Amino acid sequence: MAFALSAEHEKELERILSRYPNKMAACIPVLHLCQDANEHWVSDEVIAFVAERLGLSTAHVAGVVTFYHLFNREKPGKHQVWVCRTLSCALRGSESILRHCEKRLGVHVGGTTPDGKVTLRTSECLASCGSAPMMQVDKTYHENLTIEEVDRVLDDLLKDS
Amino acid sequence: MLKRTNYLSHSYDKPDGHTLAAYEQAGGYRSARKVLSTLSREQVVDEVKKAHIRGRGGAGFDCGMKWSFMPKESKKPHYLVVNADEGEPGTFKDRTIMERNPHALIEGCIIGCYGVGAHAAYIYVRDELHLSKARLWAAIEEARAKGYLGKNPFGKNYEVEVYVHTGAGAYICGEETALLNSLEGRRGEPRLKPPFPAQVGAFGCPTTVNNVETIAIVPSIFQVGGDEFSKLSALHEWNDGGVRLFGVSGHVKKPGIYECAVGLTLRELIYDLGGGIIDDRPLLGVIPGGSSCPVHLPDEIVDVPNDPRFAPYNGKSVLDLPMGVDTLRGVGGMLGTCCAIVMSDAADPVLALHNLMRFYRHESCGQCTPCREGCGWIERILDKVIEGRGSIEELNELHEIASNITGNTICAFGDGAAQPALSFVRKYRKQLEDYILRGGQSQTRTLEA
Repeated sequence: MAFALSAEHEKELERILSRYPNKMAACIPVLHLCQDANEHWVSDEVIAFVAERLGLSTAHVAGVVTFYHLFNREKPGKHQVWVCRTLSCALRGSESILRHCEKRLGVHVGGTTPDGKVTLRTSECLASCGSAPMMQVDKTYHENLTIEEVDRVLDDLLKDS
Repeated sequence: MLKRTNYLSHSYDKPDGHTLAAYEQAGGYRSARKVLSTLSREQVVDEVKKAHIRGRGGAGFDCGMKWSFMPKESKKPHYLVVNADEGEPGTFKDRTIMERNPHALIEGCIIGCYGVGAHAAYIYVRDELHLSKARLWAAIEEARAKGYLGKNPFGKNYEVEVYVHTGAGAYICGEETALLNSLEGRRGEPRLKPPFPAQVGAFGCPTTVNNVETIAIVPSIFQVGGDEFSKLSALHEWNDGGVRLFGVSGHVKKPGIYECAVGLTLRELIYDLGGGIIDDRPLLGVIPGGSSCPVHLPDEIVDVPNDPRFAPYNGKSVLDLPMGVDTLRGVGGMLGTCCAIVMSDAADPVLALHNLMRFYRHESCGQCTPCREGCGWIERILDKVIEGRGSIEELNELHEIASNITGNTICAFGDGAAQPALSFVRKYRKQLEDYILRGGQSQTRTLEA
């Protein structure tokens, strides 16, 4: 099924285009807009849509999508959790946080809970080294984590219907 | 020399510190008003040169000098691009500016645009920093509503627009030419230099790329005066001026961001500002400014007999050397972003190196063979060492691979990946050999304190 944006998102697309001297520059922001409107993933239909709207080849858009980690080529869970595991976080216990998330959610890193609610991922440095360990849940940072805090955050996600 | 300052961080403790009202109450936008109403473009660049602001993103290039590379006359538009793709492991300072003092960056963009002859600034923020983006957009709207941005900022006929652009999760986009490709809507692969961005940058036009902190500190230069601002630093004589944000993370009691005059020592950063090491354990090592810098051991001694400027420091611990771009370079180190990662003796340096090399393997863009293959190769050797299948020959091989990445890639990522490998193998050789000789067993085998 062809992908389309809502009228409100179309307006946002126009706003994005107005910021740049050419349409190609809007590629990444427009892909974000479409991914957010498409249950957090970039399907072939989204690629075709972006290519058509920005006057680019689908090969160019696909090349961009596959270069950047934050564009999903498969549909993730309703919520995405990234546990930072780079050195500063690792020195403050990110490994224990990650193991606990795996146990609590019953999935390995990269997996999605069977009810489709939460996808667990690791992340490289998220610029939160002074408040390590930390994790990102959707668009929010949770910092200075303890196991209790992780439980509280994950419980909220799993309860969300 | 520990001298706390608050040019950038004055708003950090105020709940409304990110708003225009709070910023103006603290004297904000007076510098931009003064610059646009009274100074020429050349005068702006000269004043910034006098302040000796060394680039805060890690390379330490003089900011005023960089601005002076922009063409005087040009038929093409000029651009100012702010690098807010903060992602160097250990570095978390730019985020504090964008979240808690965004107007300093917007005011810096106005002055910066004027200084480099640009009418548009793009702030390239990594996508994960959602609060930073929201705060910047809000600041832009507030500034525009006041007439500080737009066709006639402060009544001057010099249009300035500021936009926030987002990445999508790629450390390499912090490299300035990869960032420009990403801004143009391409894969974030670095470009060959020359041409440098000042000739051919964003959209094929002359472009200056500066770090967030570099631009955000610019208004302070015009508050204090270039010379005076430079002299705040203990390294003024080294052309390394002003104040900067120092970060400390890892095994310290009080990790965080602290604003100080340039010239703070690592010892002051770790023990005074950072509150000392967790459980008062001994220091194993410190990486001074992001993971791409070589690690330093506490018993390293400064020994630079050929440079008279080092005379006061020769024979002292490297922890007592003022942190500057050229001081650390002189002892074979690198200041980088000035955000230190501290490891106590509870940390296993082999696991620390493995952690970092996994990062570089993951983030290599794959364009150049030595980096793409080398980073993965080094990680695989470390996998084997940790699992007890490594050999001394492979340890030597690891060193050789890292040496062969250095200088053989399009961008500095390769060097940045090789530095930790080379310095860890040189400085923690015994711990690495112990792993191999004991078949993967080590006494610590943990990173947590």
